[in-house]
Amino acid sequence: MTDPMSEGSSRVNQQARVPQRSGGTPLELADDALIAAQRLSEWVARAPTLEEDVALTNIALDQLGVARLLLQSLGDEDELAYRRGDAEFRNCLLVELPFGRARGDLDFGWTVVWLLFLAAAQKLRYEAWDNEVAAKAVKESAYHLDHATQWVIRLGDGTSLSRERVQAAVEELWPYTHELTEGIRDDWLSIVEPVLKEATLVKPSHDTWRPSGGRSGRHTEHLSYVLAEMQALHRAHPGVQW
Amino acid sequence: MHLTGKFCNTEGVDTPAVKGADGLLGEVERAEAALRAAADRAGAGSFEAVIEADQKIEPRDVMPEDYRKGLIRQIAQHAHSEIIGMQPEGNWITRAPSLRRKAILLAKVQDEAGHGLYLYAAAETLGVTREELTEALLSGRQKYSSIFNYPTLTWADMGAIGWLVDGAAIVNQVPLCRCSYGPYARAMIRICKEESFHQRQGYQSLYVLANGSPEQRRMAQDAVNRWWYPSLAMFGPPDSESTHSAQSMAWKIKRFSNDELRQRFVDMCVPQADILGLTLPDPDLKWNEQRGHYDFTPPDFDELMRVVKGDGPCNRQRMAHRRRAHDEGAWVREAAAAYAAKGKTA
Repeated sequence: MTDPMSEGSSRVNQQARVPQRSGGTPLELADDALIAAQRLSEWVARAPTLEEDVALTNIALDQLGVARLLLQSLGDEDELAYRRGDAEFRNCLLVELPFGRARGDLDFGWTVVWLLFLAAAQKLRYEAWDNEVAAKAVKESAYHLDHATQWVIRLGDGTSLSRERVQAAVEELWPYTHELTEGIRDDWLSIVEPVLKEATLVKPSHDTWRPSGGRSGRHTEHLSYVLAEMQALHRAHPGVQW
Repeated sequence: MHLTGKFCNTEGVDTPAVKGADGLLGEVERAEAALRAAADRAGAGSFEAVIEADQKIEPRDVMPEDYRKGLIRQIAQHAHSEIIGMQPEGNWITRAPSLRRKAILLAKVQDEAGHGLYLYAAAETLGVTREELTEALLSGRQKYSSIFNYPTLTWADMGAIGWLVDGAAIVNQVPLCRCSYGPYARAMIRICKEESFHQRQGYQSLYVLANGSPEQRRMAQDAVNRWWYPSLAMFGPPDSESTHSAQSMAWKIKRFSNDELRQRFVDMCVPQADILGLTLPDPDLKWNEQRGHYDFTPPDFDELMRVVKGDGPCNRQRMAHRRRAHDEGAWVREAAAAYAAKGKTA
C-alpha cells in the first residue's frame, strides 16, 4: 500500500512538508490540533463548572485556530479536514482517544491529564519552529499547559476519589505519550514530571507497551468515529459553500 | 483575563447588512452613555426618587423586597436561558460543515457560557448564591426561555437561530440596557454588543444557504418555517395576560410591553427575509398602512404555555443533560474545594 501522504499527493503543498523531528511536520501538528479540537468540543455544555465550560471551549477554539492556520499553509483547509480518510490523518493516537476508557466517556480527570501531556508536547514542538503561527501557538499552549497543570494538581491532591481518578488516567494515557513525544521526550519529561510530583501522582512502573502508528496513518479504532461525525454533513453536500 | 479577549470571535464574518440591526446597536451605546450620566448625578435619596430621576439602583441601596425578588427571578431566568441555550447549538459543533463555521459556532457557544456567568454574577449582587440559582434551575423551580426546548434538526437551524432567536433576544434585551438596576443594565450592555455579532453570523450563514444548492435552500426555508412562531413566542404572552409586566414597567425594569416588542421584531424581520429570499410562514403577513406596522398571525400561546409547563419537544432532554453535567461534575467541584481548603495555590 502506498502512503497517501507521500510525494505526489495532490492535497498537500509539498513545500510545507519539510521534516523537522523536534518540531514535527506541519501536517502532524495540524492533525493533532484539529482532532484535539474535535474531542474537546464534546465538552461543550457538559463541564463541571461554568468557568470550565468557558475554558474548555476556549482551548478547543485555540486548537482549531492553530489547525486552520497550519492546514491553510498546506492546501485547502476544508478539503484537508473533511475529504481525507482516517489512514491519511497524521495525528498521534493520544488525541483521538475518547476522554475515558470507552467510546462516549467524558471523564474530566482523564481530560486534564490528556491536556497536560498534549499541551506540554505542543509547546515544545511549536517552540522548535520559528514563524508567526508558532509564536501565537506557543503562547496559547503555555496557557493550556498552565490550566491543565492547575487542575491535575487540584485533583491529584484533592480528595481520595479525585486522586484515584487522575492516577488511573495517568496510567491509561502514559503509554500513548511515547509516540506524542518522539524526539522531545527528555524536555517533555522535565515539564510533566514535576507536575505529577506536586499532584502526588506516580508514573506507571510498567512502561513497555508503547502504541504508535498515528504518524504513518495506522490509527486506533476511535479515529474513524471522530471523522465520521466531523465529516458527515460536509461530505453529504459535495462542492457547495457554507 | 485571558478568556474574555476571545469573546466575540464571531466578528469578521463577511456579511450582508442585517437591515435594522444597526439602530439597535446605536440604542445600546446611547444606554451606556445614559448609564454613565446617571452615575455622575448626585444621589437622589429614596428608592422612588432614584427610579423617578432615571438613576440606577445599586446593590447596597434600599429596595422593596418585591423589586429584589422580581429581579432575581428575571435575571436568573435569563442566566439559565444562556446555559440551557448552549445545548441546541452545541449539538452541531462537532458536525459543522466547514472549519470556519465550526470556529464561529464554538465562539458563539462560549459567549453564551460567558453571558451566563455575568448574569449569575449580577443576580448574586441581590443576595442569592450561584448554588441556590443552579438548584432552582435543576429542580425546575426557575424557568429558562422556552425557545430552547425546540430541537435543532439541520445545520440551517444554526442560521435560523442566529437570525430569529438571537434577533428576538436583542429586541427584548436592548431596552434592558436602561433597566433601573445598575448591575443588570451593565451586564445587558455587554451582552447586547456580543449578541449583535451572533445575529449577524446567523443571518450571513442563512444567506449563504438560501443562495446555495437547491438542497441547502430547502434546508434554510424549512428552518425558518420551524423557528418563526417559537421566536414570536419569545416575547411572552400577550399584554392582556402578562403577569409581571405592569409592576416591572413602573419600576423601570421593563420599558416596553410584550406586544410592542413583538411588533418591533416582526417589522424588522420582514425586510430582512426579503433580502434572504426566504418566506416567513405566515400567509396573513402584510403591511398595514394605517397602523404603520405589519399585521401578522400571533404565535400559538397555548403551545407556549404547554412548553413552559414542560411538555415541549426537548424539555426533558435539556433538563436531563443539565442535571447529568451537574452530577458528573460533583466529584471535581468537591476535589477543588478540598484542595482549596488545604490552603495551597495550584
